[in-house]
Amino acid sequence: MIKRSFFKSKYLPYLLIFPQLLVTLTFFYWPAVQGIFQSFLLSDPFGRKSKFVWFYNYIELFTDPLYLKSIFITFTFSIAVAFVSISLGLFIASMANRALKAKALVRTMLIWPYAVAPAISGIMWLFLLHPSYGIVALAIKEWLGVNWNPVLYGSDAMVMIVMASAWKQVSYNFVFFLAGMQAIPKSLIEASAIDGASPFKRFWFISFPLLSPTFFFLTVMNIIYSFFETFGIIHTVTQGGPGGSTNILVYKVYQDGFVGLNLGSSAAQSVVLMTLIIVITFLQFRFVEKKVQYSG
Amino acid sequence: MVEKTPFLDLFTYAFLMLGIFIVGFPIIYSLIAATLSLEEVSRVPMPLIPGDQFIVNMKEAWSRGDLGTQITNSFIMASGITIGKIAVSMIGAFSIVYFDYRFRVVAFASVFCTLMLPVEVRILPTYEMAANVLSPLQSLWDFLHLNSLMSWFSGNDISVTLNWCLLDSYTGLILPLVASATCTFLFRQFFLTVPEELCEAAKIDGASPMMFFRKILFPLSKTNIAALVVIEFVYGYNQYLWPLLVTTNPKMTTAVIGLQNLIPQADDLPEWNIALGAAVLVMVPSILVVLLMQRWFVKGLIEKEK
Repeated sequence: MIKRSFFKSKYLPYLLIFPQLLVTLTFFYWPAVQGIFQSFLLSDPFGRKSKFVWFYNYIELFTDPLYLKSIFITFTFSIAVAFVSISLGLFIASMANRALKAKALVRTMLIWPYAVAPAISGIMWLFLLHPSYGIVALAIKEWLGVNWNPVLYGSDAMVMIVMASAWKQVSYNFVFFLAGMQAIPKSLIEASAIDGASPFKRFWFISFPLLSPTFFFLTVMNIIYSFFETFGIIHTVTQGGPGGSTNILVYKVYQDGFVGLNLGSSAAQSVVLMTLIIVITFLQFRFVEKKVQYSG
Repeated sequence: MVEKTPFLDLFTYAFLMLGIFIVGFPIIYSLIAATLSLEEVSRVPMPLIPGDQFIVNMKEAWSRGDLGTQITNSFIMASGITIGKIAVSMIGAFSIVYFDYRFRVVAFASVFCTLMLPVEVRILPTYEMAANVLSPLQSLWDFLHLNSLMSWFSGNDISVTLNWCLLDSYTGLILPLVASATCTFLFRQFFLTVPEELCEAAKIDGASPMMFFRKILFPLSKTNIAALVVIEFVYGYNQYLWPLLVTTNPKMTTAVIGLQNLIPQADDLPEWNIALGAAVLVMVPSILVVLLMQRWFVKGLIEKEK
């Protein structure tokens, strides 16, 4: 799209778009092409010699039980994070939307975890869930009778990173749900109230369906968040352990590429991730935008 | 809301308080831990009454983690990304929306395609790129066999190596994160809603494109810029993976990375009071930015994702 009235100039538009294109080309396209190219090569760890091996890296990857496990872990992790943070965000937002007088104050009190870096959230939860010092760990041990030890047990470690990741994301979801609820026309709510619908029914039959675009959008955003931005949490809290039980895909790319120096495999993993995110983006634009939008 | 529901209201406020408490708990707890002495913090359970060691712990964290240098680095990185991103994408969007030229659609599409490709998915190649930004030119040079061509011309052996390394530098921390399709897209959407009459009037008055940009478009975009400043500052300040890769020199790392070294490992003294004190210190700037500019922040967050 372009404005009806626009400027004509021979060099200026090129000059203006040039910085953006230059950075995009050098740091997006060239690395992406390099990555794809590298994924077809097998090279020694010092990058001196390399051999073209077609799909060898990919075949290795998808027959590697560790990689398949990592895929499974990533999906479990991201679904858990999305579920916990979205349901908490929705719950708190629906409460906050009822608190007419204190709305601004409540929003201020709930918004700030957004500013906390994932890695810092990781450090705080590492302490809260520390097997010997953490207070939440203590509560889990006392009340649930679980022998809590995320350093030893993979499932405990998974719970730990889910909590650290979901906590930070609650405020993000909250902001969107609150904005979405405030955008719902008051007349709809009032009309159904006159028809005798209780507050719960009004939420379930009016607010909730009208929030479905927000809901889908947030699902996508939360999954992307837990796929990629949680790198800091994994790196500070578990480093993929114990025994690879929290080794999500992004962390594996980093470990294989930078620690293990398996360049071809790391590149192939990057390509898989790129494909995945392109598919997600595509689905979001095609499916979500069209099917779930009620308000046009 | 519509009718009087005292019971439900009570329930609402009770759960809201609970929600706020749960959300705030990790930070409050860390703050308390930061005021205790080593002996108190390693008691099980840790006392919930703040101690008097706050200043001592903060001083220790500050010097041990070299937080002064690292927070400065974080600030430079975050401001660099913020300013760079906004400047680059604003003029980019201006070019796409207000000019008609042959490669307009191509330019827009190529920027738009990168909309959701975070740095995390192309770690290694981007790192190699940062290690030598001129490597594409070098490949072109080698591909065209320009070395032998030049040797042939001059009669001497000449080899040209193009090298510009961004590792361990502010440029390396900032530049790769400056490219952002989201900001360009946001500005494009905003420019499209600016009334046509403004541009027409400016043209009639004989304003040049840059004059129009400076005097009309820029002032109109102020709220959008404010919103993006908050979001991009927080984004830049909280970056983890990229600074981790690009910097090896401790004088160049950012604060969020540096914290990693303060976490007590299994064999260390459990000095959680210092680690958490440092964590609290490091998150203060970004929390302040979000809270002080909350209005623009919420607006920007919601606009950005539309």
